[in-house]
Amino acid sequence: MEDKDVKKEEHKGRKHVEDSQGDPRIIAFVCNWCTYSGADLAGTSRMKYSDNVRVIKLPCTGRIDPLFIVEAFKKGAKGVLVSGCHPGDCHYTSGNYHSRRKYATFRDLLGYLGVDLDRVEFSWVSASEGNKWVSIINEFTDKIKSLPGKSTDIFTKK
Amino acid sequence: MSRIGVFVCWCGSNIAGTVDVEKVREEAAKIPGVVSALDYKYMCSDPGQNSLRNIIKEKNLTGIVLAACSPHMHENTFRKAAAKEGLNPYFVEIANIREQVSWVHEDKERATAKAVDLMKMMVEKVKRDRPIEDVRVPLNKKALVIGGGIAGIQAALDIANGGVEVILVEKEPSIGGRMIQLDETFPTLDCSSCIMTPKMVEANQHPNIKLYTYSEVEDISGYIGNFKVKIKKKARSVVEKDCTGCGECWNACPMHKNVKSEFNVNLSERTAIYVPFPQAVPLVPVLDRSVCLHFKKGGKCQKCYDACGPKCINFDLQDEIIEETVGAIVASTGYDLMDTSMYGEYGYGKYKDVISGLQFERLLSASGPTEGLIKRPSDGKTPQTIVFVQCVGSRDPEKGVPYCSKVCCMYTAKHAKLFAHKVHGSQSYVFYIDIRSTSKGYEEFVRGTMEQDGAIYLRGRVSKIYEDEGKLIVKGADTLSGNQVEIAADMVVLATGVIPKKGSDKLAQMLGISYDKYGFFTESHPKLRPAESSTAGIFLAGMAQGPRDIPESVVSGSAAASKILGLFSKNEYEVEGTIANVNEATCVACFYCQRVCAYNAISKKEIKDRSGKLIKVVANVNPGLCTGCGACVNACFSKSIDVKGFMDDQIYAEIKALAV
Repeated sequence: MEDKDVKKEEHKGRKHVEDSQGDPRIIAFVCNWCTYSGADLAGTSRMKYSDNVRVIKLPCTGRIDPLFIVEAFKKGAKGVLVSGCHPGDCHYTSGNYHSRRKYATFRDLLGYLGVDLDRVEFSWVSASEGNKWVSIINEFTDKIKSLPGKSTDIFTKK
Repeated sequence: MSRIGVFVCWCGSNIAGTVDVEKVREEAAKIPGVVSALDYKYMCSDPGQNSLRNIIKEKNLTGIVLAACSPHMHENTFRKAAAKEGLNPYFVEIANIREQVSWVHEDKERATAKAVDLMKMMVEKVKRDRPIEDVRVPLNKKALVIGGGIAGIQAALDIANGGVEVILVEKEPSIGGRMIQLDETFPTLDCSSCIMTPKMVEANQHPNIKLYTYSEVEDISGYIGNFKVKIKKKARSVVEKDCTGCGECWNACPMHKNVKSEFNVNLSERTAIYVPFPQAVPLVPVLDRSVCLHFKKGGKCQKCYDACGPKCINFDLQDEIIEETVGAIVASTGYDLMDTSMYGEYGYGKYKDVISGLQFERLLSASGPTEGLIKRPSDGKTPQTIVFVQCVGSRDPEKGVPYCSKVCCMYTAKHAKLFAHKVHGSQSYVFYIDIRSTSKGYEEFVRGTMEQDGAIYLRGRVSKIYEDEGKLIVKGADTLSGNQVEIAADMVVLATGVIPKKGSDKLAQMLGISYDKYGFFTESHPKLRPAESSTAGIFLAGMAQGPRDIPESVVSGSAAASKILGLFSKNEYEVEGTIANVNEATCVACFYCQRVCAYNAISKKEIKDRSGKLIKVVANVNPGLCTGCGACVNACFSKSIDVKGFMDDQIYAEIKALAV
């Protein structure tokens, strides 16, 4: 339904479709040690941020299979965030480097599949960066809201 | 069929203030497989935990989900409670509706919707949880210390005094490391050999310490509690147990003018059969076969053999490989000095009287080549003017290394002070960038060198050093006065930067520990786990970790020792069961997993049939080494490896639970 509406709107030449973009679901794949703790810190510091994000905790960003990102879009996510420890800070020494390398190549493939690359975000948030987590979620949400209502259904791409 | 219990915590008003907990409970009750849903004010309280335990028992639950605070807070509390009722503790999942919902959102309806989502995710996850057993690794209560400098000796002594056997391996013929090369130590000027020699002797005589000098670690395999170590004991050509250290052999050796002494940093010569220094521990000479005439000229020369009273020289001795099993390892391999020959403008190596700080140490030492008299290497005259140049190689990202070597400011101040004490009426100049004297008594020490001992400190760098009529002309800048200065010196001492010991990177690879781009071993956490390496059971000490002075090295040696004694206070080491697991039926033995594993946890396993015929080779995870990071899971093309607790089907179920 939603996507059909979006397409209709696009045909009419309108770029911004508020209805379908008002509450964009974001799925965040985060590592247990840095970003998950950073998000917890935002909580203990009672910071406020956009409530459309759903966090999936993994041991390390190195565990994040690129197919998780595809699956998230298939299940209706409007944005996917991958976040882990800063380079050099990985709890498992090098998992975030594996993740970064994988992401760099996978991004191109996502574009080819038809996903608007503005909808995929990769970031480093340490356990002490509650404020960074808040701004990343807020900015990412705003960015997605401002995007044209293009489909993220990667299997409808011609 | 799953029988899941969902427990929604109010956390007083912390959660219930922003999240409609009753709605979360109602939604939970609707999910297929959920047989019990409850909300309670404080799940973590005793009554909360009791009701949780009662329901596990009554409803015979197969898994529980707590919609409560962060798993980092109370996951263990609830796991323990579940375990008490016989439920596998890994069948407990936490939906974080406090830190990541109620505390960060304000709209109650939307926060409740998010809390329901997170709860649903965890219900789907817990449905797919498999029982996980924590792995218990037996501990071999014996430790290996690699490197017999002050840090390694301190670690070995502390462990041995704790009643644990220690193997101390040292590459050189004697233990003592760099510290025994030093003359007097800052800031108290106590003589290094006076305080070091007793420790060396103690280490040698300690009933719990087995000392292997002139030996190297050849190979290490295994994991915490069970490291298999191969030590190569290089052929000394001297039977240690018979040698009395009398010195007849090296006095008889005809090769006494050709070989530079490593211990005296090339300032003197040694014989082919030698002890590096008179207080060597053990006091047993080593025959250097690369220069010995017996080995070079076909066995004709055997003057040392003839001179030896107890006839303990044996030219036929071979390298020996000794195998040991240890439970923990300390890596304390120390440091080298940088090669400063790339600073052509300083003329190190070109002018005999431009020397390194360590060479100056040997000149100052009473057991050194000049018996403690400061003499120029070129003509043996006593210098009246010495220029000290700090930061040669250190803090120079262009040519050297960007880091500070930490000890040079202090030892240069010490050199200038001792020079003033030994050569009255002399003058020293110190070129520096900054003075870093931050430990106890250090600042006063440097001030003393400036004010009482008259050293002139010039803030700036030296641009050129050249020889002119028997003097070394040092051209440099004094940036505080803004002048160019030119000093005619008799000798120049370069405060050379420190680098990790040659070969420490290879050792790190063998140990499976990480090291930084310079080769210094990296600690597990720079602040909170400074004694631990990235690999369980391997600890770090001394300069091998980065520049540090003697007290810090001693502290780090003791820290590593106390960690090992703590580890050995139990009989088994418990590893969390959330580690990688291989499906041997589908593994195709590509070993991509092995390549991405940062812990060397994956090895090859041969599967044979009953007749011993090889059927296939598969990946095998060593539970003692695996940390459960999951990098291997994504490297696996045949999807044959998974991390317990974070299996693929669980993650996909979590994503599916979020479908909109």
